[in-house]
Amino acid sequence: MVNTGDKPEGFEGEGFFATSLGKVIGLARANSLWPLPFATSCCGIEFMATMASNYDLGRFGSERLSFSPRQADLLMVMGTIAKKMAPVLKQVYDQMAEPKWVLSVGACACSGGIFDSYSVLQGIDKVIPVDVYVPGCPPRPEQIIEGLMKIQEMAKGESLRRRDSDEYKRMLESYHIETS
Amino acid sequence: METQMNNKLLEALQGNFPGKILQAETPYGFLTIEIPPADNVEIVSWLQNHEKWDMNFMTDLCGIHYPENEGKEIGVVYHLHSFKNNLRMRIKAFMPKDKAEIQTMTGLFAAANWMERETYDFYGIQFTGHPDLRRILNVDNMDYFPMLKEYALEDETRTDKTDKFFGR
Repeated sequence: MVNTGDKPEGFEGEGFFATSLGKVIGLARANSLWPLPFATSCCGIEFMATMASNYDLGRFGSERLSFSPRQADLLMVMGTIAKKMAPVLKQVYDQMAEPKWVLSVGACACSGGIFDSYSVLQGIDKVIPVDVYVPGCPPRPEQIIEGLMKIQEMAKGESLRRRDSDEYKRMLESYHIETS
Repeated sequence: METQMNNKLLEALQGNFPGKILQAETPYGFLTIEIPPADNVEIVSWLQNHEKWDMNFMTDLCGIHYPENEGKEIGVVYHLHSFKNNLRMRIKAFMPKDKAEIQTMTGLFAAANWMERETYDFYGIQFTGHPDLRRILNVDNMDYFPMLKEYALEDETRTDKTDKFFGR
C-alpha cells in the first residue's frame, strides 16, 4: 500500500483544490527530505538499520541519501564529535543550502554523552544550530524515525519567509555562521 | 632463559654505562631500567647498534606524569624490541616538570617522530632536535597539555552535569 502525504487545509471542489503556496511547498519539502548522514560511531550503525529494509526510511520520502552537503536538506549527526571534528562538521553545515535542518542523534551528538572529556565536543549545538534532538545511547531506529518525523512536522509548518527573518539570521550569527 | 638474557643485558649496560643505570627491575620478566634523561640517545643508540643486543625496533614511546615525585615529575618511557633475540626492554627517564626537555629519538628511529609529537601533545615534553614538534591528536589551538594531572579530565564546557550528581 502506498501512503501519500495528508492533504493540507484548503478549498476543494469539482476538479480543483486551492490552498496556500506555503503549505504545498511545506508538504513537498517534508516528504522529500534528503538526509546527509554524518555518522561517526555506533549511532551510525543504528542509522544503517534505520535506512535498511526493516525500518526503511524511504517510507518517509528520505530514501535518497545525499553524500554531498550541497544537495542535502537534513544533516543527521550520529555519533561522538571530537573537538577536532567540530570545524569539519561546521563546514559541512555551511555548505548545505537553505532550507536546512539538523537532527542530532544520540547522547554524544546531543551533549557529549559519556565522553565528558577534554577531547570531545560537548554537544554539536556548541557549533551548529540543532532542530531535533534524539536521545539514547544509541537510540533505536524507531526513535530515529520519530526524530525524522519531527523534522517533517517542522518542514511542513515552516513559514516560507522564516529563513529570511532577522531572528533566523541572528540565530546563525550567534553561531558565527555567515549569512548572505 | 628470559631471566638470563635480562641479567646479561643489564650487566652489559651497567658495564658500559657505569652509574647511568639508576634503577633496574624486571616486572613480569620485562627488563626495566631508569636512565638520566641526558643520556637517552647515547644508551638507546648503543643498544640499537650493538651486534649482540640489536634492539632494532621501537615498540612504543610515551610520557607519564607523577606529580608527587618532586624533581622527577615528568617521565618518558621507551619500549625497545630486539627481533633477533626475541627480547624486549623498557627504558624510563624522568625530568623535573619545569624543565621537561629530552633529546629526540628521531635520529635513531623514524617511528619516534609521531610518538614524540603525541607525547608532546599530551604532556608538553620538549624533544630537542625533533624536526616538526607540533600537536598531532588534539586540536591545534589547545592551550594546555591535557594529560598533566593538574587538569581535570572532564570538559569545562559541559552543561548538563552538575557537581551535585557527579562529584566535580
